[in-house]
Amino acid sequence: MKPGTTSAACVALLKRDLALTWRRRGDAFNPLLFAVMVVALFPFALGPDAQVLERIAAGTIFVAVLLAALLSLDSLFRSDLDDGSLEQLVLSPHPLSLLLACKIAIHWLTTTLPLIVIAPLLAMLLHLPDSVLPVLLAALALATPLLSLIGAICVALTVALRRSGMLLTLLVLPLIVPVLIFGAGACNAAQAGLPYAAPLLWLAAWLVLALVLAPLATAAALKISLT
Amino acid sequence: MPCAGIARAGPLAWPALPSTQTMSAIDLADTPPLLAARGLAYARNEEPIFGPLDFSLAAGEVVLIEGDNGSGKTTLLKVLSGLLESTAGEVLLNGVHLTLAKLSHQVALLGHLPGMKLELTTLQNLRFAVGLGGIRPGITPTIALASVGLAGYEGQPLRLLSAGQKKRVALARLLLVPAALWLLDEPYANLDREGIELVNRLLLMHAQRGGSALITSHGAYAYTSGTPRRIALRAQAIEQAAGEAHA
Repeated sequence: MKPGTTSAACVALLKRDLALTWRRRGDAFNPLLFAVMVVALFPFALGPDAQVLERIAAGTIFVAVLLAALLSLDSLFRSDLDDGSLEQLVLSPHPLSLLLACKIAIHWLTTTLPLIVIAPLLAMLLHLPDSVLPVLLAALALATPLLSLIGAICVALTVALRRSGMLLTLLVLPLIVPVLIFGAGACNAAQAGLPYAAPLLWLAAWLVLALVLAPLATAAALKISLT
Repeated sequence: MPCAGIARAGPLAWPALPSTQTMSAIDLADTPPLLAARGLAYARNEEPIFGPLDFSLAAGEVVLIEGDNGSGKTTLLKVLSGLLESTAGEVLLNGVHLTLAKLSHQVALLGHLPGMKLELTTLQNLRFAVGLGGIRPGITPTIALASVGLAGYEGQPLRLLSAGQKKRVALARLLLVPAALWLLDEPYANLDREGIELVNRLLLMHAQRGGSALITSHGAYAYTSGTPRRIALRAQAIEQAAGEAHA
């Protein structure tokens, strides 16, 4: 009569969430389509002048990707709350923060990683110079998990409220502004031929901090939400 | 094999319960009861939901919590499982404070919500439950499904099952996880006569193994035989009717 190990629980959770994403794979495309649509509309609005597009490319892609990731954030715990799975997670003998970290990781992998994968295509649409592309990808790879982790805390706080979408946006927006400034800043610096390592390193430092602290804060926030 | 015990529709009889004892007569000092509540109360926004409430639950005992809608039955189970923090009193699980010790793996909660994914198959759901909560020796998800009368439904997505069948899958989860204390919120809801007997059989088996269960019911579902000790919940007031159950 001994409970399973924590690693077994994490693996089971990862497997279940991956299977769920596969079953709902239509939903997984939503953020992707949104980002592509936003970026594709800019040339129509601003005209096909390559010089103009080149200048706004990095910032536009960054904003589109962050907003697309924000769109999918709300679904992070929603279905688990609605069907009672969240209660079972809280009741499990394993550290809730670790289980939630697994959930956030899967959410990032299934909704945000595809955005980074198509980022080169978006960059091409806006004539981003090839030399800046690696910096953009690196900045996105650091910024989007950070958004997922910060967002998870806010989602956990608001998940039990009805129509939490508005509140969630208001909570997350000020928190992701610094992420955007540093991420897009790195790209702009690279484009101007300036050193770009510092903003990237700042993002990396915040990511490490968030990786450690955000799951704990999310677990605490969820427990508040459930009562 | 536990499944043999469940599959056989044996005569239903509750195991010997201390139903003639009064609450105070159960000695807390000797061996700690599986679950003990002292002065337990819960209030939401200053508005009392239930309690203060004193009771204990020995190993191998099944207790029925009765009360009307809104009398706080579900809230009581949530407090006992550790999902909600009580506003007064204490809960002891095996003599250890519930809030202090991480003992929630000794509790299995079957709530109003299934706690399972409609998109996944019954077997996937049960495998996840096992991964999360561990497994009782000598049982597999397939055996558990067969035990609740759902053999052949292993690959069926949960959404295609009826409400009663979903409840049966949730019961199969209880069979799998190694929790000594079952907290069942309206386990008879949505079940047919056979399903109600199944719940009683599972409870009997669980009790004989030394497990305990707290069941809530608003009284609409009758037991076919055997009567457990009862705790009656009234809105904002508790009335314990120990021993009068065999009326």
